[in-house]
Amino acid sequence: MSGQPSSPTYLVDDNLVGLTRDRIPISEMIEWAVTPACGAVVTFTGTVRDHSNDRVGVVEIDYEAFDRHVEARLSQIAAGARDRWPSLGRVALLHRIGRVPLGEASVLVVVSAPHREEAFTAGRFCIDLVKECVPVWKRESGTDGTSGWVSDGNPIEDVATAARRWHPVGEPERSVR
Amino acid sequence: MPTILLFASAREAAGRAADMIPGSTLGEVLDEARLRFGGEFARVLAASRVWINGEMLHGDVDGIPCRAGDEIAVLPPISGG
Repeated sequence: MSGQPSSPTYLVDDNLVGLTRDRIPISEMIEWAVTPACGAVVTFTGTVRDHSNDRVGVVEIDYEAFDRHVEARLSQIAAGARDRWPSLGRVALLHRIGRVPLGEASVLVVVSAPHREEAFTAGRFCIDLVKECVPVWKRESGTDGTSGWVSDGNPIEDVATAARRWHPVGEPERSVR
Repeated sequence: MPTILLFASAREAAGRAADMIPGSTLGEVLDEARLRFGGEFARVLAASRVWINGEMLHGDVDGIPCRAGDEIAVLPPISGG
Protein backbone atom coordinates (compact mmCIF):
# COMPACT_ATOMS: atom_id res chain seq x y z
CA MET A 1 0.00 0.00 0.00
CA SER A 2 1.03 3.59 -0.49
CA GLY A 3 1.28 4.49 3.17
CA GLN A 4 -1.42 7.13 2.90
CA PRO A 5 -5.04 6.47 3.84
CA SER A 6 -7.86 7.92 1.77
CA SER A 7 -9.35 10.06 4.55
CA PRO A 8 -7.96 13.49 5.46
CA THR A 9 -4.96 13.08 7.71
CA TYR A 10 -1.76 14.72 8.74
CA LEU A 11 1.38 12.66 8.41
CA VAL A 12 4.48 14.01 10.11
CA ASP A 13 7.49 11.71 10.20
CA ASP A 14 6.10 8.48 11.56
CA ASN A 15 3.05 9.95 13.27
CA LEU A 16 -0.24 9.91 11.40
CA VAL A 17 -3.30 11.61 12.88
CA GLY A 18 -6.68 12.42 11.45
CA LEU A 19 -10.29 13.39 11.95
CA THR A 20 -12.68 11.76 9.50
CA ARG A 21 -16.39 11.57 8.76
CA ASP A 22 -15.89 8.27 6.94
CA ARG A 23 -15.26 4.76 8.17
CA ILE A 24 -11.84 4.47 9.79
CA PRO A 25 -9.46 2.52 7.51
CA ILE A 26 -8.40 0.09 10.23
CA SER A 27 -6.57 -2.54 8.21
CA GLU A 28 -4.78 0.09 6.10
CA MET A 29 -3.51 1.73 9.25
CA ILE A 30 -2.27 -1.56 10.69
CA GLU A 31 -0.39 -2.26 7.46
CA TRP A 32 1.02 1.28 7.45
CA ALA A 33 2.40 0.79 10.97
CA VAL A 34 4.52 -2.21 10.00
CA THR A 35 8.21 -1.37 9.56
CA PRO A 36 11.28 -3.61 9.32
CA ALA A 37 12.46 -2.59 12.80
CA CYS A 38 9.14 -3.33 14.49
CA GLY A 39 8.12 -6.79 15.63
CA ALA A 40 5.02 -5.62 17.49
CA VAL A 41 1.96 -3.77 16.20
CA VAL A 42 -0.76 -3.08 18.76
CA THR A 43 -4.19 -1.88 17.66
CA PHE A 44 -6.98 -0.43 19.78
CA THR A 45 -10.33 0.29 18.19
CA GLY A 46 -13.08 1.96 20.19
CA THR A 47 -16.41 0.75 18.77
CA VAL A 48 -19.97 1.89 19.32
CA ARG A 49 -21.47 -0.29 22.06
CA ASP A 50 -25.11 -1.12 22.69
CA HIS A 51 -25.19 0.33 26.21
CA SER A 52 -23.62 2.98 28.43
CA ASN A 53 -23.99 4.20 31.99
CA ASP A 54 -26.85 6.35 30.74
CA ARG A 55 -28.90 4.01 28.56
CA VAL A 56 -29.46 0.54 27.15
CA GLY A 57 -30.27 -0.15 23.52
CA VAL A 58 -27.79 2.30 21.99
CA VAL A 59 -27.99 2.05 18.18
CA GLU A 60 -25.82 4.96 17.11
CA ILE A 61 -23.53 7.65 18.49
CA ASP A 62 -23.31 11.09 16.94
CA TYR A 63 -19.85 12.55 17.59
CA GLU A 64 -19.29 16.30 17.65
CA ALA A 65 -15.83 17.88 17.80
CA PHE A 66 -14.09 21.23 18.07
CA ASP A 67 -12.77 20.16 14.67
CA ARG A 68 -9.77 22.36 14.18
CA HIS A 69 -8.23 21.39 17.52
CA VAL A 70 -8.57 17.63 17.15
CA GLU A 71 -5.62 16.92 14.90
CA ALA A 72 -3.32 19.22 16.88
CA ARG A 73 -4.22 17.38 20.05
CA LEU A 74 -3.78 13.96 18.44
CA SER A 75 -0.36 15.07 17.17
CA GLN A 76 0.66 16.18 20.65
CA ILE A 77 -0.41 12.79 22.03
CA ALA A 78 1.58 10.90 19.38
CA ALA A 79 4.61 13.10 20.09
CA GLY A 80 4.15 12.53 23.82
CA ALA A 81 4.15 8.77 23.31
CA ARG A 82 7.32 9.00 21.21
CA ASP A 83 9.06 11.13 23.87
CA ARG A 84 8.26 8.52 26.44
CA TRP A 85 9.04 5.44 24.33
CA PRO A 86 11.68 6.55 21.80
CA SER A 87 11.84 3.10 20.24
CA LEU A 88 8.32 3.43 18.79
CA GLY A 89 8.08 2.86 15.08
CA ARG A 90 4.83 4.33 13.83
CA VAL A 91 1.86 5.85 15.63
CA ALA A 92 -1.56 6.32 14.02
CA LEU A 93 -4.39 8.09 15.87
CA LEU A 94 -7.70 8.59 14.08
CA HIS A 95 -11.06 9.81 15.37
CA ARG A 96 -14.32 9.64 13.47
CA ILE A 97 -17.07 12.23 13.88
CA GLY A 98 -20.68 12.40 12.78
CA ARG A 99 -23.06 9.47 13.08
CA VAL A 100 -21.40 6.15 13.82
CA PRO A 101 -23.62 3.04 13.91
CA LEU A 102 -23.44 0.22 16.42
CA GLY A 103 -20.32 -1.90 15.98
CA GLU A 104 -18.33 0.54 13.88
CA ALA A 105 -15.10 2.13 15.09
CA SER A 106 -15.12 5.71 16.34
CA VAL A 107 -11.48 5.81 17.34
CA LEU A 108 -8.31 3.98 16.32
CA VAL A 109 -4.89 3.74 17.92
CA VAL A 110 -2.13 1.79 16.16
CA VAL A 111 1.36 1.69 17.62
CA SER A 112 4.34 -0.26 16.34
CA ALA A 113 7.55 -0.92 18.25
CA PRO A 114 10.43 -3.37 18.21
CA HIS A 115 8.88 -5.33 21.11
CA ARG A 116 5.41 -5.87 22.52
CA GLU A 117 5.96 -4.29 25.94
CA GLU A 118 6.37 -0.73 24.72
CA ALA A 119 3.79 -1.23 21.95
CA PHE A 120 1.08 -2.25 24.43
CA THR A 121 2.02 0.39 26.99
CA ALA A 122 2.27 3.21 24.46
CA GLY A 123 -1.05 2.15 22.92
CA ARG A 124 -2.71 2.37 26.31
CA PHE A 125 -1.12 5.78 26.91
CA CYS A 126 -2.47 7.04 23.59
CA ILE A 127 -6.09 5.96 24.08
CA ASP A 128 -6.12 7.18 27.68
CA LEU A 129 -4.92 10.62 26.57
CA VAL A 130 -7.38 10.74 23.68
CA LYS A 131 -10.13 10.30 26.27
CA GLU A 132 -8.74 13.11 28.43
CA CYS A 133 -7.46 15.67 25.96
CA VAL A 134 -9.31 15.65 22.61
CA PRO A 135 -12.37 17.95 22.25
CA VAL A 136 -14.96 15.38 21.15
CA TRP A 137 -18.45 14.75 22.55
CA LYS A 138 -20.83 11.87 22.01
CA ARG A 139 -24.58 11.93 21.75
CA GLU A 140 -26.12 8.48 22.02
CA SER A 141 -29.33 7.43 20.30
CA GLY A 142 -31.36 4.49 21.59
CA THR A 143 -33.82 1.99 20.19
CA ASP A 144 -36.57 3.89 22.03
CA GLY A 145 -36.02 6.93 19.82
CA THR A 146 -34.49 9.08 22.55
CA SER A 147 -31.00 10.52 22.51
CA GLY A 148 -28.75 12.40 24.87
CA TRP A 149 -25.25 13.65 25.55
CA VAL A 150 -23.16 11.21 27.52
CA SER A 151 -23.17 12.47 31.09
CA ASP A 152 -19.98 10.97 32.49
CA GLY A 153 -17.34 12.84 30.49
CA ASN A 154 -13.99 14.19 31.70
CA PRO A 155 -13.03 17.86 31.99
CA ILE A 156 -10.72 18.44 29.03
CA GLU A 157 -7.05 18.44 30.00
CA ASP A 158 -3.85 19.68 28.36
CA VAL A 159 -1.78 16.91 26.78
CA ALA A 160 1.37 17.82 28.76
CA THR A 161 -0.54 17.70 32.05
CA ALA A 162 -2.29 14.43 31.26
CA ALA A 163 0.97 12.87 30.04
CA ARG A 164 2.75 13.81 33.27
CA ARG A 165 -0.03 12.31 35.34
CA TRP A 166 -0.41 9.14 33.30
CA HIS A 167 0.87 5.85 34.64
CA PRO A 168 0.32 2.28 33.50
CA VAL A 169 -2.64 0.53 35.08
CA GLY A 170 -2.50 -2.82 36.79
CA GLU A 171 -4.68 -5.80 36.01
CA PRO A 172 -8.26 -4.65 35.40
CA GLU A 173 -10.80 -5.60 38.02
CA ARG A 174 -13.23 -8.26 36.97
CA SER A 175 -16.42 -6.67 35.78
CA VAL A 176 -19.86 -8.13 35.17
CA ARG A 177 -20.80 -5.31 32.81
CA MET B 1 -16.60 42.07 20.30
CA PRO B 2 -15.46 38.58 21.42
CA THR B 3 -17.01 35.51 19.80
CA ILE B 4 -18.25 32.67 21.98
CA LEU B 5 -18.21 29.13 20.57
CA LEU B 6 -20.44 26.50 22.13
CA PHE B 7 -20.20 22.74 21.84
CA ALA B 8 -22.38 19.72 22.57
CA SER B 9 -24.63 20.28 25.61
CA ALA B 10 -23.54 23.94 25.84
CA ARG B 11 -24.58 24.47 22.22
CA GLU B 12 -27.92 22.78 22.79
CA ALA B 13 -28.64 24.69 25.99
CA ALA B 14 -27.91 28.00 24.27
CA GLY B 15 -29.70 27.09 21.06
CA ARG B 16 -26.77 28.16 18.91
CA ALA B 17 -23.20 27.20 18.15
CA ALA B 18 -21.70 30.69 18.23
CA ASP B 19 -22.56 34.24 19.22
CA MET B 20 -20.95 37.66 19.55
CA ILE B 21 -21.05 38.81 23.16
CA PRO B 22 -19.80 42.16 24.49
CA GLY B 23 -17.49 42.38 27.47
CA SER B 24 -14.03 43.61 28.33
CA THR B 25 -13.22 40.68 30.62
CA LEU B 26 -14.02 36.99 30.43
CA GLY B 27 -16.22 37.39 33.52
CA GLU B 28 -18.32 40.05 31.79
CA VAL B 29 -18.70 37.96 28.66
CA LEU B 30 -19.73 34.85 30.59
CA ASP B 31 -22.17 36.84 32.76
CA GLU B 32 -23.81 38.20 29.64
CA ALA B 33 -23.89 34.70 28.13
CA ARG B 34 -25.67 33.36 31.23
CA LEU B 35 -28.24 36.16 30.98
CA ARG B 36 -28.73 35.64 27.28
CA PHE B 37 -28.88 31.83 27.24
CA GLY B 38 -30.54 31.03 30.59
CA GLY B 39 -30.32 28.63 33.50
CA GLU B 40 -29.65 25.39 31.66
CA PHE B 41 -26.72 27.01 29.89
CA ALA B 42 -25.42 28.37 33.22
CA ARG B 43 -25.56 24.86 34.67
CA VAL B 44 -23.60 23.41 31.71
CA LEU B 45 -21.11 26.28 31.85
CA ALA B 46 -20.40 25.59 35.52
CA ALA B 47 -19.21 22.08 34.59
CA SER B 48 -17.30 23.20 31.48
CA ARG B 49 -13.78 24.35 30.72
CA VAL B 50 -13.24 27.61 28.89
CA TRP B 51 -10.57 28.29 26.30
CA ILE B 52 -9.55 31.65 24.91
CA ASN B 53 -8.05 31.49 21.42
CA GLY B 54 -7.41 27.77 21.82
CA GLU B 55 -5.63 28.10 25.16
CA MET B 56 -6.96 26.46 28.29
CA LEU B 57 -7.43 28.77 31.27
CA HIS B 58 -6.51 27.95 34.83
CA GLY B 59 -7.45 29.38 38.19
CA ASP B 60 -9.50 32.56 38.58
CA VAL B 61 -10.36 33.42 35.00
CA ASP B 62 -13.05 36.11 35.37
CA GLY B 63 -10.58 39.02 35.26
CA ILE B 64 -8.87 37.91 32.05
CA PRO B 65 -9.18 40.75 29.51
CA CYS B 66 -11.10 40.10 26.28
CA ARG B 67 -10.63 41.96 23.02
CA ALA B 68 -12.52 42.16 19.77
CA GLY B 69 -11.78 39.08 17.75
CA ASP B 70 -11.03 36.88 20.76
CA GLU B 71 -12.56 33.45 20.52
CA ILE B 72 -13.98 32.08 23.76
CA ALA B 73 -14.86 28.37 23.61
CA VAL B 74 -17.09 26.60 26.13
CA LEU B 75 -16.15 22.92 26.34
CA PRO B 76 -18.39 20.65 28.41
CA PRO B 77 -16.77 17.48 29.83
CA ILE B 78 -15.48 15.51 26.84
CA SER B 79 -16.58 12.00 25.91
CA GLY B 80 -14.64 11.04 22.80
CA GLY B 81 -13.33 7.62 21.92
